[in-house]
Amino acid sequence: MARSSINWLQVVGGTITAILVLVAIFAPVLAPHDPTQAVAPTFGDPGPPSLAFPCGTDQLGRDVLSRLIYGARVSLIVGLSAMAIAMSVGVVVGLCAGFFGGWTEVILMRITDVMLTLPGLLLAMAFVAILRPSLLSILLVISLVSWSGVARVVRAETLSMASRDFVLAARALGASSFRIMVRHILPNIAPTIVVMAALSTSGTLLLDAGLSFLGLGVPPPTPSWGRMVEESQIYFRTAPWLVFFPGMAILLAVLGFNLLGYGFLRKRNR
Amino acid sequence: MLIYLAKRIAFALLVLLGASLITFCIAFVIPADPAVAIAGVKADPQTLAAIRAQLGLDQPLYVQYVRYLSRALHGDLGRSYVRRQSVTSLILARFPATALLAICAMGLSLLLGVVGGMVAAAYRGRLLDTLLLTVSLALVSIPVFWLGTMFLVAAAAYFRWLPLGGLDGARSLILPSLALALGSGGYYSRILQANLAEVLELDYIRAARAKGLSPLRVMFRHALANAILPLVTLAGLDFAGLLSGVVLTETVFNWPGLGRLAFEAVFNLDIPLIMGTVLFSSFLIVVANLVVDALYAWLDPRTRLS
Repeated sequence: MARSSINWLQVVGGTITAILVLVAIFAPVLAPHDPTQAVAPTFGDPGPPSLAFPCGTDQLGRDVLSRLIYGARVSLIVGLSAMAIAMSVGVVVGLCAGFFGGWTEVILMRITDVMLTLPGLLLAMAFVAILRPSLLSILLVISLVSWSGVARVVRAETLSMASRDFVLAARALGASSFRIMVRHILPNIAPTIVVMAALSTSGTLLLDAGLSFLGLGVPPPTPSWGRMVEESQIYFRTAPWLVFFPGMAILLAVLGFNLLGYGFLRKRNR
Repeated sequence: MLIYLAKRIAFALLVLLGASLITFCIAFVIPADPAVAIAGVKADPQTLAAIRAQLGLDQPLYVQYVRYLSRALHGDLGRSYVRRQSVTSLILARFPATALLAICAMGLSLLLGVVGGMVAAAYRGRLLDTLLLTVSLALVSIPVFWLGTMFLVAAAAYFRWLPLGGLDGARSLILPSLALALGSGGYYSRILQANLAEVLELDYIRAARAKGLSPLRVMFRHALANAILPLVTLAGLDFAGLLSGVVLTETVFNWPGLGRLAFEAVFNLDIPLIMGTVLFSSFLIVVANLVVDALYAWLDPRTRLS
C-alpha cells in the first residue's frame, strides 16, 4: 500500500471543515439575505426551494440558506470552544493522573469515572435549564460532560510513556516533573491528542445540536441548526425541505471532523 | 474470580456514591426555592417555613445528603413537584416502554455492526471496505433527531402503514429502533472491522486456514470469537444508556418512555424528578459496567489473572 503522508479521509474531512470555517467567517458576505428578517412574499407559509431562495423560506418568510450560513457561526464557536476546554481539562487531568500515580491518580480517576457514569445529555440538559441557555452556559456545560473520556485516554497514554527510557533519562538528568510532562511526554502523546480533538469536536457539535433541538440552545433570534430542525418539525408533511437542509448542515459538519479524526488515526496506526 | 468481582463491586459502589453526590448538587445550584415551587409564589412565610421543615430543607447540607442517600437506598427518590407523585413510581411506569425500545434498538445495532464489520474485514482494502467505511462514518455523524424526523417525512409520504409516533403495537417500534440503531450500528462495524483486521493477521488464523477450514468457518468460529470482545464492553454500556431513556429519539417519536419523562422534568425544573432520572441512569450504567466486567472475565481469563 502506498505510504502517502495524507490519506483521502483527511483530504475530504479537511476540505469540509475548511469550507465550514470559511462560511462561518464570511457569513455576512456570503449570505444573500438577512437571516433574521422576513424576505419572502410567502410570509406565514414555508416557501419551497426556488432560484431566488435555493433552500426555501421558513414559516416566517426568512431565507433558509442565509440562516444556515449564519448558523455555522454558532455551531463552530460552541463546538470548537467546548472541545478546547474539554481537551485542556482532560489532558491536564490525564497527564497528572498518569504521571504522578498514587493518590493523585486515585482521586483524579475516580472523579473521571463518576463523570463517565453520569448520563451526558441528561446532565447537560439539567444544567443548561438551571443556568438558563446562553452561549457561555451551553459551552461550559458541554465541556463539563465531555472532558472525562479524554482524561481516561490521555492517562493510559501517559502511563505507557512514563516508564520509557527517555523519561527516566530526563529524570536522571534532574528535569522537573513539569518539564518532563510538558517537554517529553506531551509531544509523544500529541498524535493521540490530535485524534481526540477532532473526534471530540464532532461530539460537542452533536451535543450542541441536540440541546438546540430540545430548545436549550443559544436563544433566538441567533440562527442555530438544531433549533431550525425543531421549529420545522411540524411542517414535515408540507415542507420537508425545511427539516432536510439544517440536518444536512449538522451532518456535514460532524462528518468533516469525524473524517479528519479517523484520517489521523489511520495514519498513526500505519 | 470472586476476589476480582468483589473488587469491582466495591468500586461500583464508590462510583455510585460519587454520582449521588453530584446529583445532590443539582438541587443546590438552582436559584429557585423548592418551597416556593411547591406552594406557589403567593404563599405566606409560615407555610413556606412549614414546607421547608417538612422537606428537611432547614437542616445542614450533610444531614440533607445523608437523608437523601438513605431514602434513595430504600427506593424512595422523593416526590415530583409538578406531578405530585412518587418519582420511583413515575420512573417504573415509564421504564417498560423504554426497555422495549432499547432491546429492539440494541438487537438491530449489533446485527448491523457485526455484519458490516465482518464484511468490511473480509474485503479489507478493497472497494467494498472503503464504501462501508464511508457509510459507517456518515451514519455515526447523523444527528439522531434529524434522522428520526426524516423517517417521519418518508413514512408520511411513502410508508403510510407505519405509525408516525407513540407506542402502538409492534409496527410503532420500527422507525425509532432503526433511527437509534443506524448510528451505533455504524460505530460497532468500525470497531469490529478494526479488531478483526488485527486478529486476522495472527498466527492461529493462519494455522486454521492452513488446516483447510473454509473462510466462513475461520471468520465465525476463530476470528469473530476473539474480535468481538471489545464490542461486548461497548454494547453493554450503550445498552444501559438506552435503558435510561433516549431523550432525542423519544421526543421525535413521542415515545412514552423515560427520556420524555426526563425532558418534562428539565422543562418544569422539577428537581426531584431530574435528580431521580439522573441517579437512575447512573445506577443502570454502573450495573452494566459490573455485568460487562464479569462477562469479560468469564470470556477472557487473562482479565481476572492480571
